[in-house]
Amino acid sequence: MPILNKEEAQALLKKVLSYSKAGECEVSVNGSEGGNIRYALNAVSTAGDISTLDLVVTSVYGKKAGTATINEFDDAALERVVRRSEELAQLAPPNQEYMPMLGPQSFADSITYNANTAAMTPDSRAEMVAKSLSVTKAAKLTAAGFLENSTGFNAVMNSKGLFAYNKGTDVTFSVTTRNEAGTASGYAARGFTDVSKLDTLTATKIAAGKATGSVGAKAIEPGKYTVILEPVAATYMLENMFRFDARTAEEGRSFLSKKGGGTRLGEQLMDEKVTIYSDPFNPELPSATWGGDGLPREKTVWIDKGVVKNLSYSRYWADKKGVKPLPGPANIIMEGGTTTIEEMIKSTERGILVSRLWYIRMVDPQTLLLTGLTRDGLFYIENGQIKFPIKNFRFNESPVIMLNNVEALGKPERSISVESYRSYLIPPMKIKEFTFSSLSDAV
Amino acid sequence: MRRRDFIYLSGIGAGALMLPNLGAFGNPINPLQALDGIDVRVKKELADAALTVAKAKGASYADIRIGRYLNQFIITRENRVLNVANTESFGVGIRVIVNGCWGFAASNVVTKEGIAKTAERAVAVAKANAKIGGEPVQLAPQKGYGEVSWKTPLEKNAFEIPIKEKVDLLLSTNAVAMQGGANFVNSNLLMVNEQKYFASTDGSYIDQDVHRIYPAFNVTKVDSAKGSFETRRSISSPVGMGYEYLSPLDSEKVTGVTTRYKKRYDILEDIKAATQQVQEKISAKSVDPGKYDMVLDPSHLWLTIHESVGHPTELDRVLGYEANFAGTSFLTLDKWKAGNFNFGSKQVNIVADKTQVGSLGAVGYDDEGVKCKKWDLIKEGILVNYQAIRDQAHIIGLKESQGCCYSQSWQDVQFQRMPNVSLQPGKSSLSVDDMIKNVEKGIYIIGDGSFSIDQQRYNFQFGGQLFYEIKDGKIAGMLNDVAYQANTQEFWNSCAQVCDDRDYRLGGAFNDGKGQPSQSSAVSHGASTALFKGVNVINTKRKIG
Repeated sequence: MPILNKEEAQALLKKVLSYSKAGECEVSVNGSEGGNIRYALNAVSTAGDISTLDLVVTSVYGKKAGTATINEFDDAALERVVRRSEELAQLAPPNQEYMPMLGPQSFADSITYNANTAAMTPDSRAEMVAKSLSVTKAAKLTAAGFLENSTGFNAVMNSKGLFAYNKGTDVTFSVTTRNEAGTASGYAARGFTDVSKLDTLTATKIAAGKATGSVGAKAIEPGKYTVILEPVAATYMLENMFRFDARTAEEGRSFLSKKGGGTRLGEQLMDEKVTIYSDPFNPELPSATWGGDGLPREKTVWIDKGVVKNLSYSRYWADKKGVKPLPGPANIIMEGGTTTIEEMIKSTERGILVSRLWYIRMVDPQTLLLTGLTRDGLFYIENGQIKFPIKNFRFNESPVIMLNNVEALGKPERSISVESYRSYLIPPMKIKEFTFSSLSDAV
Repeated sequence: MRRRDFIYLSGIGAGALMLPNLGAFGNPINPLQALDGIDVRVKKELADAALTVAKAKGASYADIRIGRYLNQFIITRENRVLNVANTESFGVGIRVIVNGCWGFAASNVVTKEGIAKTAERAVAVAKANAKIGGEPVQLAPQKGYGEVSWKTPLEKNAFEIPIKEKVDLLLSTNAVAMQGGANFVNSNLLMVNEQKYFASTDGSYIDQDVHRIYPAFNVTKVDSAKGSFETRRSISSPVGMGYEYLSPLDSEKVTGVTTRYKKRYDILEDIKAATQQVQEKISAKSVDPGKYDMVLDPSHLWLTIHESVGHPTELDRVLGYEANFAGTSFLTLDKWKAGNFNFGSKQVNIVADKTQVGSLGAVGYDDEGVKCKKWDLIKEGILVNYQAIRDQAHIIGLKESQGCCYSQSWQDVQFQRMPNVSLQPGKSSLSVDDMIKNVEKGIYIIGDGSFSIDQQRYNFQFGGQLFYEIKDGKIAGMLNDVAYQANTQEFWNSCAQVCDDRDYRLGGAFNDGKGQPSQSSAVSHGASTALFKGVNVINTKRKIG
């Protein structure tokens, strides 16, 4: 029941709309089903299987909007939820930023759904975790990990004739491997639309390799170093930059605001090697073809060879500024280069290989200065070779400054942010003068 | 603390802020609906049905939580209301032990048939996982309480206050900022009501009605000629109270360089001060990096306590259960067993307390049916205890759980979460003015800012809202671009003084993040102003483009 197909969703929403008496009405239905396993100390700790289905109704009179929801689906319940939203709309103050609902739009079909992932069961999840555990048990390491899959759909219809539907799947896996003494740790993270691409055995072997290679880490002085960021480290760092919002920039309170007023649109803000875009049809990282504002999503370049190419405009802000609305990114792809991580190491006289970053927080939104730490595998490079594992550092660095200091890029990989669990396509990168500010004893 | 929810809710730098993430907060409903709880007799019947099915399918233990989670958000900027949203999330979560392994399932179908199916799914999950093996779950004994109830002590249910009154307060707040010369202001009011019913095969049937409220604003001043901007956030705190928190009382104010608040918050007074201070911040002197004595106000220190004391004393982290996400802890079991691990100076006394009135963590019973309590974590600087739940209690030699189990909703599994963790006031009479008089070169910080700490909780960095330079015992003016870095153990050992209980206040957060899938928990931290000697301060100013 939680996953309705396009026709079922359309029929349900049509029925709900038929009860509406408001000036404008938007109805949406979304459902999901999925499960997760969490393991630690080489055994399952918690696991769950969760399904939900919800109906949301927004009624509008002028600029007064009210929203109500229900999770019962008999006719009486459907009419009741429409009436409730209408009552709430009459109570609500007018929202001066409210934009009238859109009429019919045409949306291409997305490629976000995969039947393999949708077919996962508690047993298939348990098998994938068992494979991961076989690696750590054999290597006398302790594993803690998390595997989660979900299938979800959402559909929206309004009284002006707009209808949109999307169905998608997602699976993410992450594992931390630690030695018994607690002196070394490794990590791997993967995310896919299609679970058949997920190999928990190989991912855990990579994490285990990081852990065994980290035994005997030495402390070196903090300071500015050339770093090679693996995709999972680069992803988390850059995730903090992917808001290309015109309004905050024009209001003067964004890293994209310009001195003296206006925005940095058209400015060379980063190195020429940096190109960042969104594309709902990227086969490795697909997204829905429509956004919450009811507009179609298309390929959009945000940073083109280091130049700020586009800023996103909400429908309200676009209307106020007399420009075309542009939805913000639903996915992020950064173009890469051809340099492998091995080649990056080989060309480095003195530098550091970074496996993962952790606890990144904004220090100054004006410059996007971030602080955070390295974690789960940090290695010192000298004369083109990894010399020894080193103790973790805290860094204070801005991704904008970092992307001005790009020396080389590798092939983009789908990786997940270790905090938001969102997926991105980001290349490994070699960056000069990355600022480490203090040592951490953490393993 | 989780970052993303905070950004969503506070609207800092968020141009397109509208409805908060519905996935995390439930669905919008009419504000006039769903205020009355569901009849306990109905809930007991449903709960018994679930427990019977779980036992019949082979569970050696089962519990069910029937939860209705209500939120109201009022979100404004300048002279506009961006959203009034009421959300409700209703459903059941069932947890079982089968063959020594946990299983959990949740559903929004709250009928006897739906609940029976959910119980069966929970059993299937446990059976699948039991095949992987591992140590069987060992639960600390817990007597059934029978049918009991608990409610947050409150004077005014915030959900019953007319929307217009709340909207008017926020718009008046914004007007003070705009009239005072601010360029932008966002203000929000968040209200939470957890109506949760817990039942277990131990014989407990616990009905609880939990309320929390969080008023907050962020005022922005832009200097476009310089291409810079500054913000000053409210120094309110989220609290476990009703709407009475927003009725100012002089007796609950702490005066000084800026007024701070105990159990009553004066939002109109705070926004007036904030609007002046954000202007001062723009032209404040950039800090010279180096060693300073830090005087930390409770509106700031709560977050340092949260990150550097609250998290490392969580037993699940100590044991390795959080290794893949939040991390482990430097406070390993051997340090606790030794009985003399020097966490901090003798001035450092830190308690865990799930009973403190007005705090975010206060409930009658936790989410696995254990009555809440208070205990010492750090006593005169020595590590003496952790935070544990039923399946961990035996590991630290306890015969019963400490009642730290929590789930953010019916659809998430409950696990160990932080109780309120608070620094006890100093025993000798000491005011903030007396403390500052003896500081030669220092910085006084009010309000919390940027925060980051490593996965074992050694190395941290914190910012703040207001920074004042202290020179030769006197406040010498405002500073900017300040952050301090320290090692947890060195920092708490540098604690030289803690003000007395006249200065004691709670700070806290709605959005402490932990677990996979990540869950939010609300928690308070109390403190009086404290002095830390010789802390490393860095300058955070950078230039781009």
